Amino acid sequence: MTIPHRTPQYPKRRFNWLLQHLQDAVSTLGKLCRTPLSSLLTVTVIGIALALPGGFYLIVSPIQHHNQHWTDNASTISVYLAQHLNNSEINQIHRRIRQEPGVAETHLIDKTQAMDEFRTHSGFGAALDLLEHNPLPAVILVQPALNQQHIDQTERLATRLRAWPGVDAAQVDLQWLHRFAAITHIATRGIALLAALLGIAVLLIIGNTIRLHIQNQQDEIAIMQLVGGTQAFIRRPYLYEGLWYGLSGALVAYGLLFAAITLLQNPLRQLGSLYQTNLALHLNDPTLILLLGCGSPLLGLLGAWLSVRQHLTSTSHER
Amino acid sequence: MIRFQAVSKHYPATGHEALTHIDLHLATGEMAFLTGHSGAGKSTLLKLIGRLETPTRGQLWVNGRNLNKLTQRQIPYHRRQVGMIFQDHRLLPQRTVYNNVALPLVVASVRHQDIRRRVQAVLNKVGLARKANSYPISLSGGEQQRVGIARALVSKPPIVLADEPTGNLDPELSRDIMGLFTEFNTVGVTLLIATHDVSLIRPLRKRIIHLQQGRVQPAHPTDNS
Ligand SMILES: Nc1ncnc2c1ncn2[C@@H]1O[C@H](COP(=O)(O)OP(=O)(O)OP(=O)(O)O)[C@@H](O)[C@H]1O
Ligand SMILES: [Mg+2]
Repeated sequence: MTIPHRTPQYPKRRFNWLLQHLQDAVSTLGKLCRTPLSSLLTVTVIGIALALPGGFYLIVSPIQHHNQHWTDNASTISVYLAQHLNNSEINQIHRRIRQEPGVAETHLIDKTQAMDEFRTHSGFGAALDLLEHNPLPAVILVQPALNQQHIDQTERLATRLRAWPGVDAAQVDLQWLHRFAAITHIATRGIALLAALLGIAVLLIIGNTIRLHIQNQQDEIAIMQLVGGTQAFIRRPYLYEGLWYGLSGALVAYGLLFAAITLLQNPLRQLGSLYQTNLALHLNDPTLILLLGCGSPLLGLLGAWLSVRQHLTSTSHER
Repeated sequence: MIRFQAVSKHYPATGHEALTHIDLHLATGEMAFLTGHSGAGKSTLLKLIGRLETPTRGQLWVNGRNLNKLTQRQIPYHRRQVGMIFQDHRLLPQRTVYNNVALPLVVASVRHQDIRRRVQAVLNKVGLARKANSYPISLSGGEQQRVGIARALVSKPPIVLADEPTGNLDPELSRDIMGLFTEFNTVGVTLLIATHDVSLIRPLRKRIIHLQQGRVQPAHPTDNS
């Protein structure tokens, strides 16, 4: 008379299981579409909450990228040579620098070149013609070897060069770049924090929305339990609901970002051209797509799961 | 199939005991009636079997399982073995008759084609084939009751518990429903039916369990009103 408890009374098939999932997925989507206003409101709120950190990320990540680029380029040392040196002395120093350990590349800008450059860029051409002597020093730009590019090593190299006879000054101007890097670092942290907080907000929004739906359907849930519905069965449509909220929220966020970028594209291009760099924002950032496309649905699932669990445990004493 | 051993049930909300020291055994394939005055504990006894309530004291075995040892996870599978007909129907107002009746099959992941076949068959048996697409609100009390009966029978469970299944039915329909129960009984289903209607069940010559203030009375009832 003992019948094993999970008697498969009916043939259960994987296909059937899949079909049910599909059915739940479609029917919950249909349910959301039948209350378009409230669904739209919820999804928009989620979308805005996600678009905020997404937008900041889009702004900061290219700056960070440029920053890296600038730091690399700026690890050049400008060696200013003394005024009184003649060309052969200059060339001699140039050769010596090239043989220095830790130096990858050098570029000599002699007095005349320096003068020409200054003339074309400064607009003081006429005034310079009045000068008897060329007041500009020759400059040797030194690019440290790749394995020597750490700021400390570059600084040490500059100090060594500075002590040479015939060298007036050797300058590594990295200070401001480091400050800038520190600021973007803080900004990145801030955005991560913001994203975490707004992620929690999205979780709560979805969880609460589904909690209200569960409350409206608690009679239905109770009856399903009476006729033998498992918790997994009861949970499933709500999980899909959370998933849909998460997915459509991510889509709305993406749409908002697209709109914002379209509006900002031209001013940014102008700003970028002033600094001779390309400040365009790109929506096809893989990190952003991954975070929005996977993170948001996962938050939806989690919110739904928590709400269902809360309901089932709070009513389990009744059954 | 069903065995109560010194079972008592005490609702914390009300002071007194709804059931006191019940010892009862129903064999597999047995059909029995549960009678008693209002408040005697009939519904409570049925709810214990379906694990809608838990005993305060004592042991209860159903289908070889000690219900006290059932985990939360096992409860749904236990309930699929027990078809329950509720005194207050417990239908879903937003769903059609068809979908209400199909519910036990849907939650058990039965295939679509099988669901359709079975629901149609059982609706035919309770005389509601034409009402398949109606909503419960548009049905009479008796019709709603028959929807509840159809839902309990549709999955052909080994145990059927019925709480006043003929309370809203006229004598002729009541006899039809009782006939349906006896039909199920002949194919081996164990049934326990709570009812006030002694005149209806007497002719069936089945066992009658009489409850009085939460206790099983040894003698057959002489009068019930
Ligand atoms: N959920 C509950 N909470 C508290 N007390 C309850 C609950 N359900 C039933 N009772 C009490 O338990 C006792 C038995 O109730 P039960 O519903 O089992 O009686 P019954 O025999 O089915 O009566 P009726 O013929 O009127 O349906 C009653 O005194 C009732 O007040
Ligand atoms: Mg009752």
